[in-house]
Amino acid sequence: MSTKKFMFVNRKAPYGTVYALESLEVVLIAAAFDQDISLAFIDDGVYQITKGQDTTGIGQKNFSNAYKALGDYDISKLYVEKESLAERGLTQDDLMDLVWEDEDDDWAEKPSIIMVDRAEMTAVMAEQEVTLSF
Amino acid sequence: MKFTVMVNEGPYQHQSSDSAIQFIRAALEKGHEIFRVFFYHDGVNNGTRLSLPPGDDRLLQKEWSELAKEHDLDMVICIAAAQRRGLMDAKEAERQGLDANNIIDGFHISGLGQLIEGGIQSDRTIVFGD
Repeated sequence: MSTKKFMFVNRKAPYGTVYALESLEVVLIAAAFDQDISLAFIDDGVYQITKGQDTTGIGQKNFSNAYKALGDYDISKLYVEKESLAERGLTQDDLMDLVWEDEDDDWAEKPSIIMVDRAEMTAVMAEQEVTLSF
Repeated sequence: MKFTVMVNEGPYQHQSSDSAIQFIRAALEKGHEIFRVFFYHDGVNNGTRLSLPPGDDRLLQKEWSELAKEHDLDMVICIAAAQRRGLMDAKEAERQGLDANNIIDGFHISGLGQLIEGGIQSDRTIVFGD
């Protein structure tokens, strides 16, 4: 089967609605199809990968650890929009340290998060062949 | 052109189901091909046969069902999303030991791989959602 550039655009906060959780389920299935996968985090979507999530007060499953496993599925391009972070008073230090292991570089751990501004995000999106928005 | 269409919101609550069905009708009229329609999130509710809106309103599930029959569309309801929301076909209901099923003709239940395959096989993938 051919390889296409897939982008999953995450726009919503991780809890409150089910979009983030069900988006992650699609991403993990897509990984099994050996596609060229990128994730974008914009608007409230940036909250999906913030550190120290604690759901004990709302009785829902904390699925934030699943983002740490994305590297194991060869998903290594997580584009985060700088303006979306700034508008919410966040910096990259508020995000989880998400990494992948580069098998072509003796399995060196490399960061998965790629910080881009709005114009750069537009350019990355324009390169995609299949864009699924959540 | 070959399209895969993803529908992510339920009928009546949200415009996306209406927009998707209108898009598909227009695309077919223009001679395009619909490779697959994939229903996800609350979009799975487009496949229930137990909706009963007031008589002067459209019955979207029936419109989908008739469109599928007329054009032999492949309309897939995501199994994981369906199980969360209580959408069952006869086979799945039996497997899960449930006493009822509620899928309308024209839809079938399958996995998320069908969405990814649709994206790979189609020229364009269009998402209708919030």
